[in-house]
Amino acid sequence: MSDAVVRVENLTRRFGEFIAVDHVNFEVNAGEVVGYLGPNGSGKTTTIRMLLGLLAPSDGKATVLGFDAFRQSEEVRARAGYMSQKFALYDDLTVMENLVFYGGVYGIRDKGRIRETIELVGLNGHESTLTRSLSAGWRQRLALGIAVVHQPKLLFLDEPTSGVDPTARRAFWDLIYNMAESGVTILVTTHYMDEAEYCERVGMMRDGKLLAMDTPSKLKETVVPGDVWEVFAEPLQNGLAALHGVNGVLRVGLAGDHLRTITERGKKKEDLQKVLKDRGVNVSNVLAGEPTLEDVFLSLAR
Amino acid sequence: MDDINLIEAKNLYRHFGATRAVDGVSISVKAGEIYGLVGSDGAGKTTTMRLIVGALLPNSGEITVCGYDVRKHTEDARSQLGYLSQRFSLYEDLTVLENIRFFAEVRGLKSNEWYPRSMEILEFVGLANFATRRAGQLSGGMKQKLGLASALVTRPRVLLLDEPTTGVDPVTRQDFWQLLIQITSTPLAPNLPSPLHSSPNIGSGDGGEGAVAVLISTPYMDEAARCNRVGFMRHGKIIAEGTPSQLRSRLTDRVIELRGSPLKLLRRIAQEDLDVEDVRAFGDRLHLRVREGKADLVASRLPSAIRSEGGNVDGIRVIPAVLEDVFIELSEQSYE
Repeated sequence: MSDAVVRVENLTRRFGEFIAVDHVNFEVNAGEVVGYLGPNGSGKTTTIRMLLGLLAPSDGKATVLGFDAFRQSEEVRARAGYMSQKFALYDDLTVMENLVFYGGVYGIRDKGRIRETIELVGLNGHESTLTRSLSAGWRQRLALGIAVVHQPKLLFLDEPTSGVDPTARRAFWDLIYNMAESGVTILVTTHYMDEAEYCERVGMMRDGKLLAMDTPSKLKETVVPGDVWEVFAEPLQNGLAALHGVNGVLRVGLAGDHLRTITERGKKKEDLQKVLKDRGVNVSNVLAGEPTLEDVFLSLAR
Repeated sequence: MDDINLIEAKNLYRHFGATRAVDGVSISVKAGEIYGLVGSDGAGKTTTMRLIVGALLPNSGEITVCGYDVRKHTEDARSQLGYLSQRFSLYEDLTVLENIRFFAEVRGLKSNEWYPRSMEILEFVGLANFATRRAGQLSGGMKQKLGLASALVTRPRVLLLDEPTTGVDPVTRQDFWQLLIQITSTPLAPNLPSPLHSSPNIGSGDGGEGAVAVLISTPYMDEAARCNRVGFMRHGKIIAEGTPSQLRSRLTDRVIELRGSPLKLLRRIAQEDLDVEDVRAFGDRLHLRVREGKADLVASRLPSAIRSEGGNVDGIRVIPAVLEDVFIELSEQSYE
């Protein structure tokens, strides 16, 4: 595992009594797109701050691109890009001016590199647009451009697509995959389940602890303890009550116009239909459902 | 009584200068229904909500809440409304109970009314043990429940929630939705008199009289799936509306999941297939949207094409569409 771009060993950070990051271990390999999923306050940003050398670990160690993240943070930051959700763009400057300005911060004086960056994030034709008049999706591309203008080998993305519509998000992720294919390693933090689905591997963070890290498919197979069913029945509340506590029903909840339930493996559609019918609930349909990363998170957290 | 629309908005228009924030929106939400307004930042969700609560006047259009015209009978309409805005304000120095008291008294409730009601609501949202804790000391999820409790203290028949679950723990979010669905289908208690029903009804069960109508906005597609009905908003317009199942059925047998490696090769070959309209990469797999009636054909020919170029296929199958697929398909159509 010597080609790990990020290696985190027992990484821990305390603030007084509070343990923000609690003995976390993981590795990220070159060209991987890894998600770091957890609610606000679960320790995601504190981890990133330690990886960028902005914060000293209380215990443990982080190696980034072969450098000690804290002792050699200059080396790390020269080779890593960071795009934050609240990234400051200059609204009064044009797209081009923002890129030239931030490029300058990294010592990029080459106009050719600025042009390449504009091409890379698909902002061609918008060079002289004032930043304030960009839509959320285009602002995001500009923020990404600024984060990669110095051609980093490693890119940190902090909730990159919150607030944009699915079309813009899809386009953004196409860009991210293109970068990963060219060898850039990408670490994405998000509290957003849908966004985590886009990652090759996902780490689930809660209360400072890394609960699991694997591919979304593997997490769904191994962590979710059974099969998912979508149950369409009337009245819903009675259906909910009927399924609650039934042997083999692990979880049942309301999902808008139907019930969503997780049963032990091997339970059949007919079993559910029978339980409901016996309690006077009208069942119109029972469909096999798909587990989600939210199911994974709930299984790990409870 | 099932078909009474507690929220009825017709042909709403609202512009800010040259920006048409709300551009011909009609929404109706009946008792017992959760209507999800889904769209990106700037699509017009918040403006629509502010028009319905009467915080903002439309350039044209009509809105009634529980039968009251919001423009002419603003106070009557508002007395039926609970509103949780995106940045709802809590008094961090006040306790949980004091916060609720404040909102109750602003609405003109007396202490013999609000106190028992508050305890009941706090019990319901799971904050009963925290009644004396200062709001500033609550976690994000608890603050949000307090916001909901404050909006519920007047026993509104109509609840408007503007992106209430942004940034909260999935566990809390799950709880929040279970609460919301219960509020909607089984009312907590009798409601304030309204022109629509003269005799208040206690615990009337799901739907119909006494039940609450909820309008909730969210940028999250997985959350939209929990609503009874969904309206997709884009550029100030509702571009599609229906139950999640109806919306998803637009793409029945049109989405294929493909798993294998290397992903780059899979993507390229899928994109080259003429019957594949759209390719979305998801880390360890692809979702392909295919032309109508072509799913089996594509699923049978892609694996051989991939193998002939040295790739691996671990699995290929038709899967149910998710709302995100539908939104993307609709957005592409509205460009054409």
